Amino acid sequence: MVFAYVPATGTAEHRAVMEAAFVYGTVHQFVLTTEATLLKDTSSDEPDVSSAWLLFCHCQRATDLVQPCRRTAMEQALTMLNIHRHLKLMGAPLVTEVAEDPEKVSTVHLQLGLPLVFILSQKETYEADRRTAEFVAWQLLGKAGVALLSRDLVGLNVLRRSNIALKTPDEEVPIKYLLLEDTDEVITLVEDKNKVKQIQEDEEEEEDEDEKENNNQDIQDDEVVEAVSRDKKRELPLEQICVLTEETFHSALLETAWTVVLFYASWEAVSLAVLRSYAEVANHLEGTQGVLLSRVNCWDWPGICTEENVTQFPTVKIYKKGERSVMYSGMWGTKELTSFIMLSRVSCPLKLATIDEAEGYLRGEFPSELSSYHHTSLLGVFSTATSEARETFEEAGNILSGHVTMGMYFEDDALALSRKYAVSPPALLLARSGGQSVESITLSKQSTRDMVQMIRYELLDIFPEITVQNLPYYLQLRKPFLILFSDGDIGQMESKEMLKLAKGRPQQAFVACWLNLKKTPVGRGILKAYFATMPSLPVLIWVNLHAGGQVFKFPPEQSITEMNILSWLEKLKSGLEIPSSTLSEEDWKPPLPAYDFLQMMEVAMPELPLHTSHHHGDTPEQHPPESPGGDTATRDEPSRETKAEKMGSPGRDLRGTAPRLAAREKQGKRHSEL
Amino acid sequence: MAPAACGALLGLALCTGSLCMVSGAALLYHDYCVVGAGPSGLQAAYFLQRAGRDYVVFERSHAPGSFFALYPRHRKLISINKRYTGKSNSEFNLRHDWNSLLSHDRWLLFRRYSRDFYPNADEMVRYLEDFASRLKLRVQYNTAVIHVTLERDEQAWNGHYFILTDQDRQNYKCSCLLVATGMWVPNVVNFPGSEYVEGYETVSTNPEDFAGQTVLILGRGNSAFETAENILGVTNFIHMVSRSRVRLSWATHYVGDLRAINNGLLDTYQLKSLDGLLEGDLEDLAIIKDKKGKLHITLRFYLENRNISAGIDSITLPQDELDNFAPRAPYDRVIRCLGWKFDFSIYNRSLKMMPGKGDKKKYPQIKPNYESTSTRGLFVLGTASHSIDFRKSAGGFIHGFRYTTRAVHRLLEKRHHGVPWPSTVYPVTQLTNSIIKRVNEASGLYQMFGVLADIILLRENATAFEYLEEYPVGILAELETQTGRKARSGLFVVIMEYGKNFSGADKDVFYYNRAVGEAQHAWQSNFLHPVIYYYKHLPTEHQMKLRPPDWPLPRPDAIHHIVEDFLTDWTAPNAHILPLRRFLENCLSTDLRNFFAESCFLFAFTRQKLPPFCRQGYLRMQGLEGSEGLRRHAVEAGLLQDYSITDFLGDRPPDSHTGSQDQLLRDHVISVRPLQHLVNAKDEL
Repeated sequence: MVFAYVPATGTAEHRAVMEAAFVYGTVHQFVLTTEATLLKDTSSDEPDVSSAWLLFCHCQRATDLVQPCRRTAMEQALTMLNIHRHLKLMGAPLVTEVAEDPEKVSTVHLQLGLPLVFILSQKETYEADRRTAEFVAWQLLGKAGVALLSRDLVGLNVLRRSNIALKTPDEEVPIKYLLLEDTDEVITLVEDKNKVKQIQEDEEEEEDEDEKENNNQDIQDDEVVEAVSRDKKRELPLEQICVLTEETFHSALLETAWTVVLFYASWEAVSLAVLRSYAEVANHLEGTQGVLLSRVNCWDWPGICTEENVTQFPTVKIYKKGERSVMYSGMWGTKELTSFIMLSRVSCPLKLATIDEAEGYLRGEFPSELSSYHHTSLLGVFSTATSEARETFEEAGNILSGHVTMGMYFEDDALALSRKYAVSPPALLLARSGGQSVESITLSKQSTRDMVQMIRYELLDIFPEITVQNLPYYLQLRKPFLILFSDGDIGQMESKEMLKLAKGRPQQAFVACWLNLKKTPVGRGILKAYFATMPSLPVLIWVNLHAGGQVFKFPPEQSITEMNILSWLEKLKSGLEIPSSTLSEEDWKPPLPAYDFLQMMEVAMPELPLHTSHHHGDTPEQHPPESPGGDTATRDEPSRETKAEKMGSPGRDLRGTAPRLAAREKQGKRHSEL
Repeated sequence: MAPAACGALLGLALCTGSLCMVSGAALLYHDYCVVGAGPSGLQAAYFLQRAGRDYVVFERSHAPGSFFALYPRHRKLISINKRYTGKSNSEFNLRHDWNSLLSHDRWLLFRRYSRDFYPNADEMVRYLEDFASRLKLRVQYNTAVIHVTLERDEQAWNGHYFILTDQDRQNYKCSCLLVATGMWVPNVVNFPGSEYVEGYETVSTNPEDFAGQTVLILGRGNSAFETAENILGVTNFIHMVSRSRVRLSWATHYVGDLRAINNGLLDTYQLKSLDGLLEGDLEDLAIIKDKKGKLHITLRFYLENRNISAGIDSITLPQDELDNFAPRAPYDRVIRCLGWKFDFSIYNRSLKMMPGKGDKKKYPQIKPNYESTSTRGLFVLGTASHSIDFRKSAGGFIHGFRYTTRAVHRLLEKRHHGVPWPSTVYPVTQLTNSIIKRVNEASGLYQMFGVLADIILLRENATAFEYLEEYPVGILAELETQTGRKARSGLFVVIMEYGKNFSGADKDVFYYNRAVGEAQHAWQSNFLHPVIYYYKHLPTEHQMKLRPPDWPLPRPDAIHHIVEDFLTDWTAPNAHILPLRRFLENCLSTDLRNFFAESCFLFAFTRQKLPPFCRQGYLRMQGLEGSEGLRRHAVEAGLLQDYSITDFLGDRPPDSHTGSQDQLLRDHVISVRPLQHLVNAKDEL
């Protein structure tokens, strides 16, 4: 007997039950009610009167008429297909007995997409197993089939070690053999599987509805954009940054000795990220005389940005009153930008008037406004005769302005200075932070470009600590890296040995450097990429960043000494070492696909010759259908509608339908409303 | 007269060196002759002047904009003068300024000339006078060009010179002729009794003259409704007859159709206040005057083979047979308001100036580059060039043709002076930005939707691109020769469009759910929105010809629609910029995301290749460090990993940017979903 409850007649559920009754009326007896109170008798807990309900009463199998028939509720929605499926399952034998390879077995359940549980039996325990099987079968009725398989009849080894087998309708998935202790385990096994599947199906349905949403195209995967949008509610402390407009721009430049202008677009993420750093710069420079920090929003004032030749967002320019402007080309970081502004205030190169000034300059004490900035000082020493080299030096200074402190000395007593440092002019003195040691370089005749290049190169450290900020300078050398990863400062011994190694060969074929994981924690990410697990620290690594991308790890059992490293490098060169890993050569492809509007249009408007997927060169065979007066609307509409119906996706056709979201809600609510 | 003579002398001086000996007669030579000092003539003059070209403008009147001195008769311009938009962006504001011409002079903005949203035509005349004088444009007034002919010469730019003759038989010789004469010849229909019809050009504008009268208006354009509007309150009733049905501009999205400001008569018709609209062919019409001077409508058909002089009584009127014939009541006045057509009469037959076909017969035939179909070197500018986009875009109106005129000027600069179309080269990291910037502020794209487009030419390996603004898409196939720029590695075309089936005379543009809110359905957007076409190769002329009807361009290799926006502000990071980036990434097969310096640092050590943003920024010492707070946000979003947390179990893939997306997904699903219904709220507001 089939007992069905529908909340109202005339609904889709009602229709499904009636149709089922029409088909199966001769086999089963159908009872239909709309009376909610009847429901209460059929189930113990509070029934949901808003949704339809179907029970299969197994009265045929009942032996005792006093006992109520066993009932199996259908768990799926009441549709003709589901009812048909349910009745089929109810009609199937409770337990199937099989005596063949489980791989070959097929039952109604498998055909209907349900799993089949095998209870592995043997002659000795047949009766008990049969009872177990029936018990399990009742529990799983409508969810899975149960078969009783006799091990004796099938000579498969695997059967000996297990008592349960699970076959899924998916042909690809092999049968699972399990050793379970409890019938509950069998039931949970099946039900969990169903649950997972159900969830998957739900998701799939949702995905179908939302079409391509499954690959998260609409989820932001740009870290900068996302970070900025998460920060957009916070009000930025921009009080100290002057807002310039088309009206005020030119007059503002004339008011202060140095005007720093950030050109940005208020909708652009990188601009806004830089604006945040800029606000920090403003904070640092608060009270600095003669420097005005300002900004121009190019979205408000496009004219001024075009005029100032701002083609990229963001752009920072520093304008010296009445003189040319310099465009900032360094890192978009607070420290770097602050230092640029500070250094820009001092002319580059700075003309030093006395020996004392020159000495003070090398010690980093002169000019006083820079004394708080740790930097390398470059001093060009020229005799009066070497004006050509001096001009080149000055030009190089213009280019490096804001990035490097450069001084020059060409007074009559320049020779005294050069003698002190044992050079002959034209020469370059280089004092690394604080002037503890002064290096000297003789200047040869060279172009400005070469000199800039040379100065940049000279500013690099011999054994630098690699940071996020300075890596690009060393990458430019396009050499392999010999890098010591250390958790904190490196030990004195390692430091000494590495320095020896680096210094020993001035025109090294590699960059020797170290990385402080405390200061540059992202280094851990590098190590994790190189090795599956974090190696013990410190670890010395050779990585060929520019050719091949092989990563080698210095044997941890050896101590880090110049000798050991050198012999290890020899072995690397001769190919005796095996790389720990190789850097991916993969290109940077689009992280996710785009919406394929072309395809969507083709589906929706097949009458357009758009769908002839002709490639460049060939031509569509037929002319587009001419429509009188160019008014294609009347012709288009019917075909669009039918297409939308065919696709069966609500919300695709925009005409006359409710908004998409509302439509979906309504569908979910339908049972309760009717 | 003094400035004009001066201009002429200057012209003479310029030509003495090269060309004046060609003909013995005193010929005044200029490279460019512009006929007409209306808005488009002055606009063309401005660009020629800025480029330092030898040009002259001929104006038959003593001042610029002589059409506006007379028309519209009731003096109210229907081009909007929106003085406030809440924005200071001058380019954006031009989207809502339909009267100004383009110039570098910020004084020459129409909002400085009128406070009215629908300004008075006198202000337009004043504006044009100022435009010509402030910019010192070379206009020769009181010179009516009465004849144009060709003089063959192989040396000439176009194989011939244009010889212009003015009312004093003075000849002028030009290499290139820019016709900016507008449309000023009234359309007249001849039928029996048409002599009783008054023209819009001369009809009284004093409503008192119509008091207690019954009026029939022929025509159904803005001038007809403007005339009706003026006398609506004092007439017995007004009937309006025309062949075509009324086309409301808010339904057709065409500014030349009936504007809401003029449609008072529709109200009184539909609200049963005696006024009415009739459809009928004016050619079939006949008008008979009775003894009392009343005008009766009849059909030409009844008059055939009849002696009209026999008197009104002998003529059959429709109501004699059909006693409920609609316009059976006699009229006191019949007014013709049928619009204007191009003056074809001044061109010599050899120029083959042909009228367009069908509803474009009032316009001269031109090619999509605004050049005459039959005479090389003759360009039609301004209202008369509207055949390109008639009933579609704004090319017939100041706010449209100020941009097409600039486009023509750029084409001429290339053709005759070897100056390539202006362009800017950017690194590929600026691709998304440059498109977003343009679609949000560009006025030319917005006004001349479907006609002018920005072109992005990709450089090899897609590391850089060249950006060309406001190129006429009709000549896309000829891009390389017309602009002097090369399209070797594919191109994007950025254009603006309405939904394909949204606009039209019989369309309900207010239907429920007309607005699309979600980016993934953006192709169904109805309101004006940006569309980006991607071609791996420049489309050929053949492909351009075979493009689907109503499509500005042939089938692209990929297309992207930026979803329509209620505020026409396409800067939303997730709804507008993200899908655009995905589209561009997939066309170029690259990753266009931005990365903090720390990520680039990690990539530099763990990958052999870096994404463009790191390559063009970080590696060139311009990495984006990002403030502490921002990086924390990125970590919270799961897009950046915080390695300072010592707990490392090694369960994450090394390049965390892909591995941690799941987490981001979870975060997002919760925060984004419930908001989505607001996106659709456009209809309901």
